[in-house]
Amino acid sequence: MKLVIGIVRPEKANDVLEALYRAEVRGISMSKVQGHGGELDKVETYRGSTVKVEVSDKVRFEIAVTDPFVEPTIAALREGARTGEVGDGKIFVVPLERAVRIRTGETDETAVTPVGA
Amino acid sequence: MDIPLIAQAATEIDTGDTAWMLMSTALVLLMTIGLGLFYAGLVRSKNTLNTYMMCVAAIAVATITWALVGYSLAFDGTGDLIGGLGHFALQDVGFEPREGLTIPHLVFFAFQATFCIITIALISGAVVERMRFGPFLVFAALWTVLVYAVLAHWGFGGGWLFEGGTLDFAGGIAVEMGSGFSALAAALVVGARKDYGRLGLLPHNTVYVVLGAGLLWFGWFGFNGGSGFGTGEASVLAFTNTLLCPAATVATWFVLDAIRGRRVTAVGAATAIIVGCVLITPAGGFISPGWALALGALGALPCYAVIVYRPRTGVDETLDVLAAHGVAGFTGILAIGFVAQASWNGVSDGLIYGSAAQLGDQALAALATPVYAFVATYVLLRVIGFVTDLRGIDRDEAVGMDFIHHGEEAYPTGEGAILVSPEDGGEPPTPVAQPARGA
Repeated sequence: MKLVIGIVRPEKANDVLEALYRAEVRGISMSKVQGHGGELDKVETYRGSTVKVEVSDKVRFEIAVTDPFVEPTIAALREGARTGEVGDGKIFVVPLERAVRIRTGETDETAVTPVGA
Repeated sequence: MDIPLIAQAATEIDTGDTAWMLMSTALVLLMTIGLGLFYAGLVRSKNTLNTYMMCVAAIAVATITWALVGYSLAFDGTGDLIGGLGHFALQDVGFEPREGLTIPHLVFFAFQATFCIITIALISGAVVERMRFGPFLVFAALWTVLVYAVLAHWGFGGGWLFEGGTLDFAGGIAVEMGSGFSALAAALVVGARKDYGRLGLLPHNTVYVVLGAGLLWFGWFGFNGGSGFGTGEASVLAFTNTLLCPAATVATWFVLDAIRGRRVTAVGAATAIIVGCVLITPAGGFISPGWALALGALGALPCYAVIVYRPRTGVDETLDVLAAHGVAGFTGILAIGFVAQASWNGVSDGLIYGSAAQLGDQALAALATPVYAFVATYVLLRVIGFVTDLRGIDRDEAVGMDFIHHGEEAYPTGEGAILVSPEDGGEPPTPVAQPARGA
């Protein structure tokens, strides 16, 4: 059981959702985050002030999966998020100690397997 | 009752008329700002500024083209299809009134300019979220001359529809059908947004939408109320009808929304305000207040039907300019043919008051205008598209038009924004992983 964290470009978030759906990965969380990973700065101008936006908007996916789903999840994240430019994001896979489904009290692998799957 | 006079043959300037027309001109200009807000609220947040900027661009571009050639082509002479170049670059447009009017020619010019502005701004609704800004400016400049000026000449300026007896009080021909059917052509040439049909593309700020619609309605009192070019009975009738007709449309829309989705929607109400204002635009000074209420209620039906049907097609006519302006303008123009009343307008009766010929004249305009607007716009955009790309790459569309075309965001957080000093403003951006020299 692993937690797959994918940090991707906001404009690719919909493509990631589609790729995850096709890979039959169902249970996900996503949130808006800000960060930087070495990409070129976005330069914007407001009246006389030119600014470099060094922290860019990203979308962070968190997906708890059973071991057989780890590779398909990673593949889907890469497929949906990749543009080939610096700033496409990162995928982190971390071990997951416990999982509990609040409604039923089911734990661990049963808890991270979506209902009906 | 007295027979109202639409336009008295007078050459004297009337100060009351002039004061109202100065006010009306400013009111109509405010409509384009309101439209920008209405449209900006309906798109996704990453395209807010670009959508608004298309309306700002309309003010800049259309004012210039109108002053140079558009006004002349529309309002100089009585050629059947197009006017002359006698008023090229505002030649002979001064303080003397235009023939038959009681306001300075300059005011008449400015008032008509605001109509040209909002019409091209309306068309932007068909291509928002994907058309490149530069080509839109070129399109706006050419469209105002090749399509708007021609239709304005037909409908108001002494062209074949005007001379043939077609009645159009405030622009059902040039503004409403002109924009609506051009918008359909523009949507077909530019093509659907990348995500259209795959994702729900939702309005990002519905408060902008209702606020923008409110400003449009407010400005519309100048649009319709000023189209009698004074403070005469026709203007008064059109002004009051501009209150009555949209109110009936909004109430009807409530019912239609409730039947279809069990809830009354705010975006629907905002749309209904615009549909109602468009319905009364051609008919404002020609039909009775009672018929204005009826037109608002009945005219809502075809527009609502098109708004419901359009998203089921592959045509990404994004903000439904065809339904809200084309179909509503068409309905309003035809309505004159049925319910115009000489006892109210002093000009002509419609079918139910005994004049079938008027309906024929209206039908002619309702057929000819859409054909010309659609074909001319289609060809014009194809030609521009042959010279340059009308839209950017998919990634630009995904990032959003605001950053790509304007280098700004509608809602910047300011976090992580570092001021670039003027001296190194010209340097290429440095990756954060390799901090800039001296950092």
